[in-house]
Amino acid sequence: MAKITFITTDDKTITLEGTSGSVMQLAVDNSVPGIDGDCGGVCSCATCHVHVAPEHIEKTGVASEIEEDMLDLNDYSNERSRLCCQLEISEALDGLVLQVAESD
Amino acid sequence: MKKSALPDPFEEARVNKGYGEMDDQNDPVTMVLGLKDLRKCAHNWKTFQSGATPGRIVIPSEVNIRDTRQIPFEVDPPEHKDFRALVEPWFKRPLEADYKATLTQQINDIVDEVLAKDSVEVVEEFSLRLQSRALTLLLNIPYEESETWISWGTHVFRSEGEALDGDKANILYDYIDERITQAIESPGADLYSMLLAATVNGKKLTREEVKGVMILTFAGGRDTVINAVTNSIAYFAEHPESLDRLQNEPDITGRAVEELIRYFSPLTQMGRVVTEDTQVCEHAVKEDTRISLCWASANRDAKVFENPNDIVLDRKINPHVAFGFSHHNCLGATHARQIMNILLTTLAKKIKSIDIVDYKENIEELGEFKRKVGYDNLTVKFKGR
Repeated sequence: MAKITFITTDDKTITLEGTSGSVMQLAVDNSVPGIDGDCGGVCSCATCHVHVAPEHIEKTGVASEIEEDMLDLNDYSNERSRLCCQLEISEALDGLVLQVAESD
Repeated sequence: MKKSALPDPFEEARVNKGYGEMDDQNDPVTMVLGLKDLRKCAHNWKTFQSGATPGRIVIPSEVNIRDTRQIPFEVDPPEHKDFRALVEPWFKRPLEADYKATLTQQINDIVDEVLAKDSVEVVEEFSLRLQSRALTLLLNIPYEESETWISWGTHVFRSEGEALDGDKANILYDYIDERITQAIESPGADLYSMLLAATVNGKKLTREEVKGVMILTFAGGRDTVINAVTNSIAYFAEHPESLDRLQNEPDITGRAVEELIRYFSPLTQMGRVVTEDTQVCEHAVKEDTRISLCWASANRDAKVFENPNDIVLDRKINPHVAFGFSHHNCLGATHARQIMNILLTTLAKKIKSIDIVDYKENIEELGEFKRKVGYDNLTVKFKGR
Protein backbone atom coordinates (compact mmCIF):
# COMPACT_ATOMS: atom_id res chain seq x y z
CA MET A 1 0.00 0.00 0.00
CA ALA A 2 1.30 3.43 -0.96
CA LYS A 3 -0.22 6.85 -0.31
CA ILE A 4 0.41 9.18 -3.22
CA THR A 5 -0.49 12.85 -3.26
CA PHE A 6 -1.22 14.83 -6.42
CA ILE A 7 -1.19 18.62 -6.41
CA THR A 8 -3.23 19.83 -9.38
CA THR A 9 -2.45 22.86 -11.52
CA ASP A 10 -5.07 24.84 -9.59
CA ASP A 11 -3.42 23.83 -6.30
CA LYS A 12 -5.93 21.24 -5.12
CA THR A 13 -4.45 18.35 -3.14
CA ILE A 14 -5.68 14.82 -3.85
CA THR A 15 -4.28 11.90 -1.84
CA LEU A 16 -4.91 8.38 -3.13
CA GLU A 17 -3.98 4.91 -2.00
CA GLY A 18 -2.80 2.22 -4.36
CA THR A 19 -1.26 -1.22 -4.20
CA SER A 20 -0.30 -2.08 -7.77
CA GLY A 21 -0.33 -0.82 -11.34
CA SER A 22 1.00 2.50 -12.54
CA VAL A 23 0.66 5.84 -10.81
CA MET A 24 -0.98 7.14 -14.03
CA GLN A 25 -3.71 4.47 -13.81
CA LEU A 26 -4.36 5.34 -10.15
CA ALA A 27 -4.75 8.99 -11.12
CA VAL A 28 -6.97 8.27 -14.14
CA ASP A 29 -9.19 5.87 -12.16
CA ASN A 30 -9.71 8.64 -9.63
CA SER A 31 -10.12 11.44 -12.18
CA VAL A 32 -7.14 13.54 -11.12
CA PRO A 33 -7.42 16.65 -13.33
CA GLY A 34 -4.55 17.00 -15.79
CA ILE A 35 -3.62 13.31 -15.85
CA ASP A 36 -5.23 11.91 -18.99
CA GLY A 37 -3.13 8.85 -19.81
CA ASP A 38 -4.38 8.86 -23.40
CA CYS A 39 -2.09 6.06 -24.61
CA GLY A 40 -2.91 3.80 -21.66
CA GLY A 41 0.62 3.84 -20.29
CA VAL A 42 3.01 2.92 -23.11
CA CYS A 43 5.00 6.18 -22.98
CA SER A 44 3.63 7.58 -26.21
CA CYS A 45 1.43 10.55 -25.36
CA ALA A 46 2.99 12.47 -22.42
CA THR A 47 -0.44 13.27 -20.97
CA CYS A 48 0.58 12.00 -17.52
CA HIS A 49 3.39 14.47 -16.91
CA VAL A 50 4.21 15.27 -13.27
CA HIS A 51 6.94 17.03 -11.34
CA VAL A 52 8.26 15.00 -8.42
CA ALA A 53 8.65 16.90 -5.14
CA PRO A 54 12.38 17.69 -4.73
CA GLU A 55 12.69 15.65 -1.53
CA HIS A 56 11.14 12.58 -3.21
CA ILE A 57 13.39 12.17 -6.24
CA GLU A 58 15.03 9.18 -4.57
CA LYS A 59 11.69 7.38 -4.26
CA THR A 60 10.95 7.55 -7.98
CA GLY A 61 14.41 7.28 -9.48
CA VAL A 62 15.16 8.87 -12.82
CA ALA A 63 13.49 8.63 -16.21
CA SER A 64 14.61 6.08 -18.80
CA GLU A 65 16.17 7.35 -22.02
CA ILE A 66 12.93 6.89 -23.95
CA GLU A 67 10.95 8.74 -21.29
CA GLU A 68 13.64 11.42 -21.18
CA ASP A 69 13.33 11.90 -24.95
CA MET A 70 9.58 12.44 -24.61
CA LEU A 71 10.11 15.01 -21.86
CA ASP A 72 12.96 16.81 -23.62
CA LEU A 73 10.59 18.51 -26.03
CA ASN A 74 7.91 19.32 -23.46
CA ASP A 75 7.61 23.05 -22.81
CA TYR A 76 6.69 22.46 -19.18
CA SER A 77 9.33 19.91 -18.23
CA ASN A 78 12.10 20.40 -15.70
CA GLU A 79 14.75 18.23 -14.05
CA ARG A 80 12.08 16.70 -11.77
CA SER A 81 9.75 15.70 -14.59
CA ARG A 82 8.41 12.18 -14.97
CA LEU A 83 5.70 10.51 -16.99
CA CYS A 84 3.80 8.81 -14.20
CA CYS A 85 2.74 5.87 -16.41
CA GLN A 86 6.33 4.78 -15.91
CA LEU A 87 6.05 4.81 -12.10
CA GLU A 88 4.97 1.44 -10.74
CA ILE A 89 3.14 1.62 -7.42
CA SER A 90 4.95 -0.10 -4.56
CA GLU A 91 5.67 0.48 -0.86
CA ALA A 92 8.70 2.46 -1.96
CA LEU A 93 6.45 5.22 -3.30
CA ASP A 94 4.54 5.65 -0.02
CA GLY A 95 4.26 9.34 0.83
CA LEU A 96 5.18 10.50 -2.68
CA VAL A 97 4.06 14.00 -3.65
CA LEU A 98 3.59 14.83 -7.34
CA GLN A 99 2.78 18.18 -8.89
CA VAL A 100 0.65 17.74 -12.02
CA ALA A 101 2.47 19.56 -14.84
CA GLU A 102 0.85 22.21 -16.97
CA SER A 103 0.03 21.42 -20.57
CA ASP A 104 -1.18 23.31 -23.65
CA MET B 1 5.85 -12.20 -46.86
CA LYS B 2 2.56 -12.48 -45.04
CA LYS B 3 -0.45 -10.94 -46.74
CA SER B 4 -1.11 -8.81 -43.67
CA ALA B 5 2.45 -7.45 -43.39
CA LEU B 6 3.18 -3.78 -43.96
CA PRO B 7 6.85 -3.62 -44.95
CA ASP B 8 9.00 -0.62 -44.02
CA PRO B 9 10.29 0.96 -47.26
CA PHE B 10 12.16 3.74 -45.45
CA GLU B 11 14.75 1.75 -43.49
CA GLU B 12 17.76 2.16 -45.73
CA ALA B 13 17.29 5.92 -46.22
CA ARG B 14 16.51 6.40 -42.52
CA VAL B 15 19.66 4.58 -41.40
CA ASN B 16 22.00 6.01 -44.05
CA LYS B 17 20.99 9.66 -44.26
CA GLY B 18 17.92 10.26 -42.10
CA TYR B 19 15.81 11.84 -44.82
CA GLY B 20 14.14 11.02 -48.10
CA GLU B 21 12.94 13.10 -51.01
CA MET B 22 9.80 13.12 -53.10
CA ASP B 23 8.13 15.44 -55.52
CA ASP B 24 4.47 16.28 -55.14
CA GLN B 25 2.84 18.39 -57.85
CA ASN B 26 6.08 20.39 -58.34
CA ASP B 27 6.25 21.25 -54.64
CA PRO B 28 9.00 18.89 -53.45
CA VAL B 29 9.18 17.44 -49.97
CA THR B 30 12.16 16.53 -47.75
CA MET B 31 10.90 13.63 -45.67
CA VAL B 32 12.19 13.41 -42.07
CA LEU B 33 12.49 9.69 -41.31
CA GLY B 34 14.04 9.14 -37.85
CA LEU B 35 11.97 9.40 -34.66
CA LYS B 36 14.20 11.87 -32.78
CA ASP B 37 14.65 14.20 -35.75
CA LEU B 38 10.96 14.05 -36.50
CA ARG B 39 9.99 14.97 -32.95
CA LYS B 40 12.30 17.96 -32.97
CA CYS B 41 10.85 19.21 -36.25
CA ALA B 42 7.27 18.59 -35.12
CA HIS B 43 7.91 20.60 -31.97
CA ASN B 44 9.54 23.51 -33.82
CA TRP B 45 6.42 25.19 -35.21
CA LYS B 46 8.21 28.48 -35.84
CA THR B 47 10.58 27.03 -38.43
CA PHE B 48 8.25 24.29 -39.67
CA GLN B 49 4.81 25.83 -39.87
CA SER B 50 1.32 24.43 -40.28
CA GLY B 51 -0.36 27.78 -40.87
CA ALA B 52 0.73 28.01 -44.50
CA THR B 53 -1.52 28.22 -47.59
CA PRO B 54 -4.50 25.95 -46.82
CA GLY B 55 -3.90 22.44 -48.12
CA ARG B 56 -0.14 22.82 -48.58
CA ILE B 57 0.97 20.80 -45.53
CA VAL B 58 -1.06 17.83 -46.73
CA ILE B 59 0.77 15.35 -48.97
CA PRO B 60 -0.46 15.06 -51.68
CA SER B 61 -1.02 18.81 -51.54
CA GLU B 62 -4.64 19.98 -51.52
CA VAL B 63 -3.79 23.57 -52.53
CA ASN B 64 -5.61 23.15 -55.85
CA ILE B 65 -8.79 21.65 -54.42
CA ARG B 66 -9.33 23.50 -51.15
CA ASP B 67 -9.32 27.14 -49.95
CA THR B 68 -10.81 26.57 -46.51
CA ARG B 69 -8.27 26.44 -43.69
CA GLN B 70 -8.66 23.32 -41.56
CA ILE B 71 -8.86 24.23 -37.88
CA PRO B 72 -7.01 23.79 -35.53
CA PHE B 73 -4.81 21.70 -37.84
CA GLU B 74 -3.60 24.51 -40.13
CA VAL B 75 -3.20 27.16 -37.44
CA ASP B 76 0.01 27.71 -35.45
CA PRO B 77 0.51 28.87 -31.87
CA PRO B 78 -0.47 31.13 -30.25
CA GLU B 79 -3.84 31.20 -32.11
CA HIS B 80 -3.83 27.42 -32.26
CA LYS B 81 -4.12 27.07 -28.48
CA ASP B 82 -7.53 28.71 -28.17
CA PHE B 83 -9.04 26.83 -31.10
CA ARG B 84 -7.70 23.56 -29.75
CA ALA B 85 -9.01 24.33 -26.26
CA LEU B 86 -12.44 24.99 -27.76
CA VAL B 87 -12.74 21.63 -29.52
CA GLU B 88 -10.73 19.44 -27.14
CA PRO B 89 -13.54 18.65 -24.63
CA TRP B 90 -15.89 17.69 -27.47
CA PHE B 91 -13.31 15.29 -28.91
CA LYS B 92 -12.79 13.71 -25.47
CA ARG B 93 -16.45 12.61 -25.36
CA PRO B 94 -15.51 9.08 -26.51
CA LEU B 95 -14.33 8.49 -22.92
CA GLU B 96 -17.88 8.98 -21.58
CA ALA B 97 -19.81 5.85 -20.57
CA ASP B 98 -22.82 6.53 -22.84
CA TYR B 99 -20.66 7.12 -25.88
CA LYS B 100 -18.69 3.97 -25.21
CA ALA B 101 -21.86 1.91 -24.72
CA THR B 102 -23.40 3.09 -28.00
CA LEU B 103 -20.17 2.53 -29.89
CA THR B 104 -19.92 -0.96 -28.40
CA GLN B 105 -23.45 -1.70 -29.61
CA GLN B 106 -22.61 -0.42 -33.11
CA ILE B 107 -19.50 -2.57 -33.35
CA ASN B 108 -21.29 -5.63 -31.94
CA ASP B 109 -23.98 -5.17 -34.58
CA ILE B 110 -21.62 -4.84 -37.51
CA VAL B 111 -19.58 -7.86 -36.44
CA ASP B 112 -22.85 -9.84 -36.23
CA GLU B 113 -23.76 -8.55 -39.71
CA VAL B 114 -20.55 -9.82 -41.30
CA LEU B 115 -20.73 -13.12 -39.40
CA ALA B 116 -24.08 -13.76 -41.07
CA LYS B 117 -22.57 -13.36 -44.55
CA ASP B 118 -20.68 -15.95 -46.54
CA SER B 119 -17.87 -13.64 -47.60
CA VAL B 120 -17.27 -9.98 -46.95
CA GLU B 121 -15.35 -7.24 -48.78
CA VAL B 122 -13.91 -5.65 -45.66
CA VAL B 123 -13.15 -2.11 -46.93
CA GLU B 124 -16.65 -1.29 -48.21
CA GLU B 125 -18.82 -3.65 -46.19
CA PHE B 126 -17.11 -3.44 -42.81
CA SER B 127 -14.56 -0.66 -42.31
CA LEU B 128 -16.33 2.14 -44.20
CA ARG B 129 -19.63 1.31 -42.51
CA LEU B 130 -18.11 1.02 -39.07
CA GLN B 131 -16.22 4.31 -39.52
CA SER B 132 -19.29 6.16 -40.87
CA ARG B 133 -21.62 4.93 -38.15
CA ALA B 134 -19.10 5.78 -35.43
CA LEU B 135 -18.71 9.27 -36.86
CA THR B 136 -22.38 9.98 -36.12
CA LEU B 137 -21.44 9.64 -32.46
CA LEU B 138 -18.49 12.00 -32.74
CA LEU B 139 -20.71 14.61 -34.43
CA ASN B 140 -23.66 13.75 -32.15
CA ILE B 141 -26.11 13.47 -35.04
CA PRO B 142 -28.66 10.77 -35.99
CA TYR B 143 -27.28 7.35 -36.93
CA GLU B 144 -29.17 7.40 -40.26
CA GLU B 145 -26.87 10.15 -41.55
CA SER B 146 -24.14 7.52 -41.91
CA GLU B 147 -26.03 6.11 -44.92
CA THR B 148 -25.18 9.26 -46.88
CA TRP B 149 -21.47 8.99 -46.08
CA ILE B 150 -21.41 5.27 -46.86
CA SER B 151 -23.01 6.02 -50.24
CA TRP B 152 -20.05 8.26 -51.13
CA GLY B 153 -17.81 5.16 -51.17
CA THR B 154 -14.27 5.07 -49.86
CA HIS B 155 -12.85 7.59 -52.29
CA VAL B 156 -14.22 10.96 -51.28
CA PHE B 157 -11.08 12.88 -52.16
CA ARG B 158 -9.53 10.58 -54.71
CA SER B 159 -10.69 8.76 -57.78
CA GLU B 160 -9.03 5.70 -59.21
CA GLY B 161 -5.67 6.51 -60.78
CA GLU B 162 -5.67 10.17 -59.73
CA ALA B 163 -4.06 11.57 -56.63
CA LEU B 164 -6.75 14.14 -55.98
CA ASP B 165 -10.11 14.86 -57.47
CA GLY B 166 -11.58 18.33 -56.98
CA ASP B 167 -15.10 17.36 -58.08
CA LYS B 168 -15.21 14.53 -55.56
CA ALA B 169 -13.87 16.74 -52.77
CA ASN B 170 -16.62 19.25 -53.59
CA ILE B 171 -19.25 16.64 -52.74
CA LEU B 172 -17.97 16.73 -49.17
CA TYR B 173 -17.49 20.51 -49.03
CA ASP B 174 -20.98 21.20 -50.44
CA TYR B 175 -22.49 18.70 -48.03
CA ILE B 176 -20.81 20.41 -45.06
CA ASP B 177 -22.05 23.81 -46.29
CA GLU B 178 -25.60 22.49 -46.41
CA ARG B 179 -25.39 21.04 -42.93
CA ILE B 180 -23.97 24.29 -41.52
CA THR B 181 -26.91 26.19 -43.02
CA GLN B 182 -29.32 23.72 -41.45
CA ALA B 183 -27.64 24.08 -38.06
CA ILE B 184 -27.87 27.88 -38.30
CA GLU B 185 -31.59 27.61 -39.04
CA SER B 186 -32.35 25.03 -36.35
CA PRO B 187 -29.55 24.54 -33.81
CA GLY B 188 -29.28 21.23 -32.00
CA ALA B 189 -26.85 19.36 -29.76
CA ASP B 190 -24.49 18.48 -32.61
CA LEU B 191 -20.93 19.56 -33.34
CA TYR B 192 -22.00 22.08 -36.01
CA SER B 193 -24.28 23.85 -33.54
CA MET B 194 -21.68 23.81 -30.76
CA LEU B 195 -19.16 25.46 -33.08
CA LEU B 196 -21.65 28.01 -34.42
CA ALA B 197 -22.44 29.11 -30.86
CA ALA B 198 -18.81 29.19 -29.74
CA THR B 199 -16.48 32.12 -29.23
CA VAL B 200 -12.68 32.12 -29.42
CA ASN B 201 -10.79 35.15 -28.13
CA GLY B 202 -14.07 36.96 -27.58
CA LYS B 203 -15.14 36.52 -31.21
CA LYS B 204 -17.75 34.15 -32.58
CA LEU B 205 -16.41 31.57 -34.98
CA THR B 206 -17.04 32.56 -38.58
CA ARG B 207 -18.92 30.25 -40.90
CA GLU B 208 -15.64 29.57 -42.71
CA GLU B 209 -13.96 28.61 -39.42
CA VAL B 210 -16.80 26.24 -38.56
CA LYS B 211 -16.42 24.71 -42.01
CA GLY B 212 -12.67 24.35 -41.40
CA VAL B 213 -13.23 22.32 -38.23
CA MET B 214 -15.84 20.15 -39.93
CA ILE B 215 -13.69 19.42 -42.99
CA LEU B 216 -10.86 18.38 -40.66
CA THR B 217 -13.21 16.11 -38.72
CA PHE B 218 -14.48 14.39 -41.85
CA ALA B 219 -11.18 14.19 -43.72
CA GLY B 220 -8.86 13.32 -40.84
CA GLY B 221 -10.89 10.41 -39.59
CA ARG B 222 -11.95 8.67 -42.77
CA ASP B 223 -9.11 6.89 -44.62
CA THR B 224 -7.13 6.60 -41.41
CA VAL B 225 -9.82 4.74 -39.48
CA ILE B 226 -10.75 2.66 -42.53
CA ASN B 227 -7.11 1.57 -42.95
CA ALA B 228 -6.65 0.84 -39.25
CA VAL B 229 -9.76 -1.33 -39.14
CA THR B 230 -9.08 -3.13 -42.45
CA ASN B 231 -5.45 -3.80 -41.55
CA SER B 232 -6.55 -5.16 -38.18
CA ILE B 233 -8.82 -7.68 -39.90
CA ALA B 234 -5.97 -8.78 -42.20
CA TYR B 235 -3.64 -9.10 -39.20
CA PHE B 236 -6.07 -11.23 -37.19
CA ALA B 237 -6.74 -13.39 -40.25
CA GLU B 238 -3.10 -14.43 -40.17
CA HIS B 239 -2.79 -14.36 -36.37
CA PRO B 240 -5.80 -16.15 -34.86
CA GLU B 241 -3.65 -16.80 -31.78
CA SER B 242 -3.77 -13.06 -31.11
CA LEU B 243 -7.58 -13.19 -30.98
CA ASP B 244 -7.31 -15.98 -28.41
CA ARG B 245 -4.74 -14.05 -26.44
CA LEU B 246 -6.92 -10.93 -26.32
CA GLN B 247 -9.82 -13.04 -25.15
CA ASN B 248 -7.73 -14.66 -22.40
CA GLU B 249 -5.81 -11.54 -21.42
CA PRO B 250 -8.17 -8.58 -21.93
CA ASP B 251 -5.81 -6.39 -19.87
CA ILE B 252 -3.41 -6.15 -22.79
CA THR B 253 -6.04 -4.71 -25.16
CA GLY B 254 -4.89 -1.11 -24.64
CA ARG B 255 -1.30 -2.02 -25.45
CA ALA B 256 -2.41 -4.03 -28.47
CA VAL B 257 -4.29 -1.00 -29.80
CA GLU B 258 -1.19 1.19 -29.52
CA GLU B 259 1.00 -1.47 -31.12
CA LEU B 260 -1.31 -2.04 -34.09
CA ILE B 261 -1.58 1.70 -34.64
CA ARG B 262 2.22 2.03 -34.46
CA TYR B 263 2.69 -0.78 -36.95
CA PHE B 264 -0.06 0.36 -39.34
CA SER B 265 0.68 4.10 -39.06
CA PRO B 266 -2.53 4.80 -41.00
CA LEU B 267 -1.35 8.32 -41.85
CA THR B 268 2.04 7.94 -43.54
CA GLN B 269 3.21 11.52 -43.17
CA MET B 270 2.22 15.14 -42.67
CA GLY B 271 3.98 18.16 -44.14
CA ARG B 272 5.20 21.47 -42.78
CA VAL B 273 6.30 24.60 -44.67
CA VAL B 274 9.83 25.81 -43.91
CA THR B 275 9.88 29.47 -42.80
CA GLU B 276 13.67 30.08 -42.94
CA ASP B 277 16.71 28.49 -44.58
CA THR B 278 17.75 25.69 -42.22
CA GLN B 279 18.87 22.06 -42.04
CA VAL B 280 17.24 18.74 -41.31
CA CYS B 281 19.52 15.73 -40.78
CA GLU B 282 22.46 17.89 -41.93
CA HIS B 283 20.67 18.47 -45.21
CA ALA B 284 19.93 22.04 -46.26
CA VAL B 285 16.27 22.95 -46.68
CA LYS B 286 15.25 26.28 -48.12
CA GLU B 287 12.66 28.77 -46.95
CA ASP B 288 9.22 28.20 -48.52
CA THR B 289 9.89 24.55 -49.34
CA ARG B 290 8.27 21.64 -47.54
CA ILE B 291 9.42 18.97 -45.14
CA SER B 292 7.33 16.04 -44.04
CA LEU B 293 7.12 14.31 -40.71
CA CYS B 294 7.06 10.68 -41.79
CA TRP B 295 5.24 8.97 -38.94
CA ALA B 296 5.31 5.60 -40.69
CA SER B 297 9.09 5.63 -40.91
CA ALA B 298 9.71 6.95 -37.39
CA ASN B 299 7.50 4.20 -36.01
CA ARG B 300 9.93 1.58 -37.37
CA ASP B 301 13.06 3.32 -36.03
CA ALA B 302 15.21 0.52 -34.59
CA LYS B 303 17.02 3.05 -32.39
CA VAL B 304 13.82 3.26 -30.35
CA PHE B 305 11.74 0.14 -31.05
CA GLU B 306 13.06 -3.38 -30.54
CA ASN B 307 12.02 -5.64 -33.41
CA PRO B 308 10.28 -2.71 -35.09
CA ASN B 309 8.86 -4.79 -37.93
CA ASP B 310 7.13 -7.25 -35.63
CA ILE B 311 3.76 -6.72 -34.01
CA VAL B 312 4.46 -7.31 -30.32
CA LEU B 313 0.90 -7.30 -29.05
CA ASP B 314 1.75 -6.35 -25.46
CA ARG B 315 4.65 -3.97 -26.22
CA LYS B 316 5.15 -2.15 -22.94
CA ILE B 317 7.18 0.89 -23.99
CA ASN B 318 5.83 2.18 -27.25
CA PRO B 319 6.60 5.87 -27.84
CA HIS B 320 5.09 5.87 -31.33
CA VAL B 321 4.04 8.94 -33.27
CA ALA B 322 1.17 7.43 -35.23
CA PHE B 323 -1.11 10.15 -33.81
CA GLY B 324 1.50 12.82 -34.49
CA PHE B 325 3.56 14.68 -31.94
CA SER B 326 3.45 18.00 -30.06
CA HIS B 327 0.87 20.79 -30.60
CA HIS B 328 -0.83 19.24 -33.59
CA ASN B 329 -1.25 15.71 -32.29
CA CYS B 330 -4.37 14.00 -33.56
CA LEU B 331 -7.60 15.60 -32.34
CA GLY B 332 -9.55 12.43 -33.16
CA ALA B 333 -7.18 10.08 -31.33
CA THR B 334 -9.57 9.48 -28.41
CA HIS B 335 -12.34 8.45 -30.83
CA ALA B 336 -9.93 6.29 -32.87
CA ARG B 337 -8.51 4.56 -29.79
CA GLN B 338 -12.01 3.85 -28.50
CA ILE B 339 -13.03 2.35 -31.85
CA MET B 340 -9.94 0.14 -31.93
CA ASN B 341 -10.29 -0.89 -28.30
CA ILE B 342 -13.91 -1.94 -28.72
CA LEU B 343 -13.19 -3.57 -32.09
CA LEU B 344 -10.43 -5.74 -30.61
CA THR B 345 -12.56 -6.70 -27.63
CA THR B 346 -15.52 -7.57 -29.85
CA LEU B 347 -13.49 -9.57 -32.38
CA ALA B 348 -11.79 -11.51 -29.58
CA LYS B 349 -15.18 -12.34 -28.10
CA LYS B 350 -17.02 -13.29 -31.29
CA ILE B 351 -14.51 -14.38 -33.94
CA LYS B 352 -12.69 -17.70 -34.04
CA SER B 353 -10.90 -17.24 -37.32
CA ILE B 354 -10.82 -15.18 -40.50
CA ASP B 355 -9.83 -16.49 -43.95
CA ILE B 356 -8.46 -14.14 -46.59
CA VAL B 357 -10.09 -14.98 -49.94
CA ASP B 358 -8.80 -12.16 -52.12
CA TYR B 359 -7.07 -8.79 -51.75
CA LYS B 360 -5.51 -5.87 -53.56
CA GLU B 361 -2.94 -3.79 -51.71
CA ASN B 362 -3.09 0.00 -51.59
CA ILE B 363 0.44 1.17 -52.34
CA GLU B 364 1.38 4.83 -51.98
CA GLU B 365 3.96 6.15 -54.46
CA LEU B 366 6.22 8.50 -52.52
CA GLY B 367 9.13 9.44 -54.78
CA GLU B 368 11.88 6.92 -54.14
CA PHE B 369 9.58 4.97 -51.78
CA LYS B 370 6.55 2.77 -52.26
CA ARG B 371 4.56 2.18 -49.09
CA LYS B 372 1.70 -0.23 -48.49
CA VAL B 373 -0.77 1.64 -46.29
CA GLY B 374 -3.67 -0.81 -46.50
CA TYR B 375 -5.92 -2.42 -49.07
CA ASP B 376 -8.05 -1.25 -51.97
CA ASN B 377 -10.10 -4.34 -51.26
CA LEU B 378 -9.87 -7.31 -48.93
CA THR B 379 -12.34 -10.18 -49.16
CA VAL B 380 -12.54 -12.53 -46.18
CA LYS B 381 -14.71 -15.16 -44.54
CA PHE B 382 -15.41 -14.72 -40.83
CA LYS B 383 -15.94 -17.76 -38.59
CA GLY B 384 -17.64 -17.22 -35.26
CA ARG B 385 -16.69 -18.78 -31.93
